Amino acid sequence: MSDSTNNGPVLAADGTPLKRSLRRSLRLQKFRALLLIAPLLAFILITFIAPIADMLFRSVENKIVEETLPQTIALIDAGGPIETIVPNQKVFSALYVDMFVAAENKEHTRLGTRLNYEQSGISSLFRKSGRRVARLDVEVYKKQFEEVDPQWADVATWQSLAESANSAELLPRAMWAYNAWRDYVRADGDNPDKEAPEDFIYVALYDDLIALDDVTSANDLIRKSADAAPDFETVNFKEAFVKFDKDWASENVWKTLRTYSTPYTEGYFLNAIDFQKDFDGYSLRPDNQRIYGVLFMRTLFMSLVITACAVLLGYPIAWLMANRPMREANLLMIMVLLPFWTSLLVRTSAWKVMLQQQGVINDTLVWLNLVDEAGRLVLINNQFGTIVAMTHILLPFMVLPLYSVMRTIPESYTRAAKSLGATNWTAFWRVYFPQSVPGIGAGSILVFILSIGYYITPEIVGGTTGTFISNRIAYHISSSLNWGLAAALGTILLAVVLLLYWVYDRIVGIDNVKLGG
Amino acid sequence: MNAQKIENPIVVSNQLVAGGGAFFAAVFGLLYGMTQNIPLIGVIGGMALGAVAAFAIVKIAKSRRISQFGMVALGLIVGYLQARISGAIIGAIFGWVFTWFVFWLATGKYRRRLPSYATPGQVLWHHTFVVICWAIFIFLITPIIVVMPLSFNAENFFTFTPAMLNFDPAGYSLKHYEDFFTNSDWQGAIKNSFAIAPVATLLSVSLGTLAAIGLSQPFVPFRRAIMAILISPMIMPLIISAAGMYFFYSRVGLQGTYLGVVLAHAALGIPFVIITVTATLVGFDHSLTRASASLGANPVKTFFRVQMPLILPGVIAGGLFAFITSFDEVVVVLFVGSAGQKTLPWQMFTGLREQISPTILAVATILVVLSILMLTTLEMLRRRSERLRGISPG
Repeated sequence: MSDSTNNGPVLAADGTPLKRSLRRSLRLQKFRALLLIAPLLAFILITFIAPIADMLFRSVENKIVEETLPQTIALIDAGGPIETIVPNQKVFSALYVDMFVAAENKEHTRLGTRLNYEQSGISSLFRKSGRRVARLDVEVYKKQFEEVDPQWADVATWQSLAESANSAELLPRAMWAYNAWRDYVRADGDNPDKEAPEDFIYVALYDDLIALDDVTSANDLIRKSADAAPDFETVNFKEAFVKFDKDWASENVWKTLRTYSTPYTEGYFLNAIDFQKDFDGYSLRPDNQRIYGVLFMRTLFMSLVITACAVLLGYPIAWLMANRPMREANLLMIMVLLPFWTSLLVRTSAWKVMLQQQGVINDTLVWLNLVDEAGRLVLINNQFGTIVAMTHILLPFMVLPLYSVMRTIPESYTRAAKSLGATNWTAFWRVYFPQSVPGIGAGSILVFILSIGYYITPEIVGGTTGTFISNRIAYHISSSLNWGLAAALGTILLAVVLLLYWVYDRIVGIDNVKLGG
Repeated sequence: MNAQKIENPIVVSNQLVAGGGAFFAAVFGLLYGMTQNIPLIGVIGGMALGAVAAFAIVKIAKSRRISQFGMVALGLIVGYLQARISGAIIGAIFGWVFTWFVFWLATGKYRRRLPSYATPGQVLWHHTFVVICWAIFIFLITPIIVVMPLSFNAENFFTFTPAMLNFDPAGYSLKHYEDFFTNSDWQGAIKNSFAIAPVATLLSVSLGTLAAIGLSQPFVPFRRAIMAILISPMIMPLIISAAGMYFFYSRVGLQGTYLGVVLAHAALGIPFVIITVTATLVGFDHSLTRASASLGANPVKTFFRVQMPLILPGVIAGGLFAFITSFDEVVVVLFVGSAGQKTLPWQMFTGLREQISPTILAVATILVVLSILMLTTLEMLRRRSERLRGISPG
């Protein structure tokens, strides 16, 4: 140390400048800390954050329409807004090809189910049409192409076309149909090279050739066929589809199809806030279909009531515990922690036992002759049941933060206030209460966050009027299978929770969460 | 006892003693009167008898022990004549509490917590407040207590039968417990629970402890953001976690598999491990690891020989939290699992929703006993941890 000069940089033991050496050691420390955290962070990102992200994605994803009816959607979109709503013959011809493939892959019912969320009746329309499309006789196309050139009947011709470079450009739909055919033949366990191409491929071929205006780059076979095609005898697909089901001539079906043809849609979110996406824009749903607004309001309202009840019940007992000697407070604490530690299902079943019509509370009331046998109170399967059971279940989450805040408030403050002439009430309200507000804030946000996402308890004691938005989400996931809507509802709920989470972090700090003891 | 009695002489007036006794007995009389449809007579009778009894035991018997014995015996006999065994029990309890109350009043103990200048109004308010608090405690604890006797019901009801209320042995049976231990549904469920929870706990404890040690280093970049991500599974509503996991796990083929449920439960348990272990590490003296290093121990040895024993209570507590989270979890397993992963809470949930069977109450009782054990363990761990850190337990 003594031989370091005064004007040079301070050096560490190994001769490097001290500043750099310190920085390096700091970097090393940071790196080591991150290395310890990394496995868990990766784990949480994969098992927890990725699922949440997936849910967000699903709430807007709508690829199924475009994937199931690619040719039809491409034609409609090309027509743009000037296209008439019920499209022309060409589009129906493409629809035939799409539907044939979809029916072979059994995808048409899935699409029907998807569109049925937007307009009821489409599901059966698709199911019916899928069945009938397979039976529609379109052999006439194949025959005429064979008459032009017998090569068309040979699968090898098709294979060589599929392998040539420009055929996808010249005959896009025929090539798509051919490839789709190969795929599902292979999926059935057969070898497509040994099968004869199916009739519907020739429909696509005909459509392509009719639309083809520049044949200079095509080979002889295509040129020859393109010349002959306009004189072909054709099937009137529009008529055929309308015969399957007259809904195909209805503007509403096509409006729905066109509204939901985009790969991403805001439709689920609109649904989740009681709006609907029409062909012409957004509009509020008719009165009898508005359920989510009511449900969201009810969830928020009941969560507020539960939070208020928890404050009202939690405050006195937290105060009592905070103002008793430690030993006594610990004994009282057990009464709070025992329910906290008891299984949620146990507490919920206990409330079912207590509240039902033949339950403990009603029995006691009858025994005391407060109500008669016929007038037993309905305490369960309504909002009352949910509020009582959930207040009980969430009360410890209010008491624990309140208690930890109240424990730190010195008793001398209220004594000082009283010695200065304050009444008991003034001393409490003006001196004690303001100091306990952080505890109320922390507990309230915690209880509120927990209660708006509650599922199990409302499901069991809530009946139909005491259920929350989460019950609806669960219903859409497991019963109605409308996952997109479930994801949209979940996303809205998530946004509310994140907002509250942020507030909580601001007020309390996330790492200050206390867990009993 | 005698010495105590001398220290607590009767200090209040005769009117107050009699009034207190009258009040207490009137409340009881009101309840009794209501069951017999004669509430008014109950109140008046209770008041009269209560005043006389209170006066008698304070002024004549004087000894609290003798009067308590006498009153309990009296309550037993009168109760038994009224309503057999259940009446006798209520009577005895009433006799005991009544005597305690009268002497508590008469010896002036009721002012123990209050300053000597408190006005009667303040005294009354204080005790009303305490009664309200006790009512809330009773609200907290009753549902859990009620479940226990009902689980011994001989009938397939969720309610007390007359035979149970009369303590008729025929009204009680262990058949719901028997059902629990023999029914293959319940046994399968408990096996699944014990197959899932420990593995999920192990996963979250090992990863969580490592990360908590990392997080408690003095310099951690993005500490706040990382903490927020790691804690998020605890704050996120379960239905959202469940929905997201259901969508994502079915995409990657984990939905309906054992591994999927374990991973999901481990993720849910991690915040608890992080919180408890970081809390323990706050009090950890880092010079100990430096001392260990200076004595030649490598970091791994330092961890296992110095750091681990000191933070072990926190780790075990975190593990308990994680275990309980997984063991008690139903929403996520409902969606992520399939019939092959049906856990105990899931079975209870279906039991509550579909076939209402009192076997649930037997399971509930077992779980309550388990949670009492768990609570005791945690309390002991907390005390040990405080002792280790040199803080005397409260």
